[in-house]
Amino acid sequence: VTGEESGTGREEGAVIVLDCLGQRCPLPVIKLAQHIRDVGIGEVVRVLADDPAAANDIPAWCRMKGQEFVSGGANHFDVRRLS
Amino acid sequence: VENTAVPAGAAAYLDAATAAPLHPVAREALLAALADGWADPSRLYAAGRRAQQLRDAAHAAIAEALGVRPDEVSLWPSGTAAAQAAVLGGLAGRSRQGDTLVHSAIEHSAVLHAAGRGKAVEVGVDRLGRLDLAAWDRAVAAGEVALAALISASHEAGTVQPVAAAADYCAEAGVPLFVDAAQSIGRLPVPPGWSLLSASAHKWGGPPGVGVLVVRKGVRWLSPYPQDDLYRPGPPGALELPAVVAAAASLRAVLAEAQAEALRQSALVARIRDRVAATVPDVEVVGDPVDRLPHLVTFSCLYVDGEALLHALDRRGFAVSSGSSCTASTLRPSHVLEAMGVLSHGNVRVSLHRGTTEDDVDRFLAVLPEIVAGIRAEAGM
Repeated sequence: VTGEESGTGREEGAVIVLDCLGQRCPLPVIKLAQHIRDVGIGEVVRVLADDPAAANDIPAWCRMKGQEFVSGGANHFDVRRLS
Repeated sequence: VENTAVPAGAAAYLDAATAAPLHPVAREALLAALADGWADPSRLYAAGRRAQQLRDAAHAAIAEALGVRPDEVSLWPSGTAAAQAAVLGGLAGRSRQGDTLVHSAIEHSAVLHAAGRGKAVEVGVDRLGRLDLAAWDRAVAAGEVALAALISASHEAGTVQPVAAAADYCAEAGVPLFVDAAQSIGRLPVPPGWSLLSASAHKWGGPPGVGVLVVRKGVRWLSPYPQDDLYRPGPPGALELPAVVAAAASLRAVLAEAQAEALRQSALVARIRDRVAATVPDVEVVGDPVDRLPHLVTFSCLYVDGEALLHALDRRGFAVSSGSSCTASTLRPSHVLEAMGVLSHGNVRVSLHRGTTEDDVDRFLAVLPEIVAGIRAEAGM
């Protein structure tokens, strides 16, 4: 699913999924920061979040921390660890 | 959680972009006008005539300060009312030419609420919060556009907008431009080329409850409200005349010191921008660092709850505002920060006024890093 959205044509299966549904920002971003190193470089973390700020703040976090925002959809966001 | 924190010195009010403290000239004028300005200025007896003289003098003073004709100025019960009258009246006046409002994505919510009444096309901004002029050009030239609305400078990010260039595109397309100048009037000149302009007295140090609307001659405006003369801009009902008098007096005083204050405050804002970036890890200082309002700076701290940050600063005596979702009545992040694509949580907007001292700013800069670190530690970061 994510491979199609990202347009890379690669299989993007997330290695871990962080369920942050019902949590208010900045909690989903905190959880992402705490767990990004649970996957290897090049691997993907999926965040499930329904806070209205998540769609803005998860890509912003990726930009600030040098990680790749792969794709976002209704309440789910895929982030690839680059460093 | 500290409940009994001692303020770091005298309280510092750093939210002038919401409401500037009353200018001493405004206070004096307000008290004087309370004695003479209580009657209805439209009545023909002596007390009414005195009130009328006060009202006319205030109109003339505001017009002179803004460089427009007195009959182009109308006064409203708030900046919001003036901005909404500009949008709704400007659209109604051009209903034969079109039904669409073009506006930037970073307008004040007062303008966005009015935009929500009909057809609207939103034009985006870049990461610094500056209008996408190419998209603006396409939008205003698309046809069926009754009015375009552009804020003079972002009330959240501080970035000054390319008003002159936007006005040129509007002129080419034959579309009147409304400029919401609430954060600029009294601080920065607004370039010409607009057809309608609004401002708010309590942003420049006047009392709350006075909005200014300027509709240039030849611009068709039709009242969205039930009233006698639908073509002449003015609010339904009586104005608070003493507040109007105080607003006019303080605008003159503020403009007389505006250049010096802009220089002084802009240097303090530059210091905040530099020091926050240097002393707070994982912080994003947003907006254009150069082409910005002199008195306003916004930054966002990763992993920090904006509401917790506001309360912690308040306990230390600092009043600031925030665009974070947890501090908004809607529980949504600021539409301005979203449009810029910058971090919205842990957000603080600091805005200065003529009473803000170097010491206020330094005390704020001294306590901020430890407060941010404390909130992060509590969150496990």
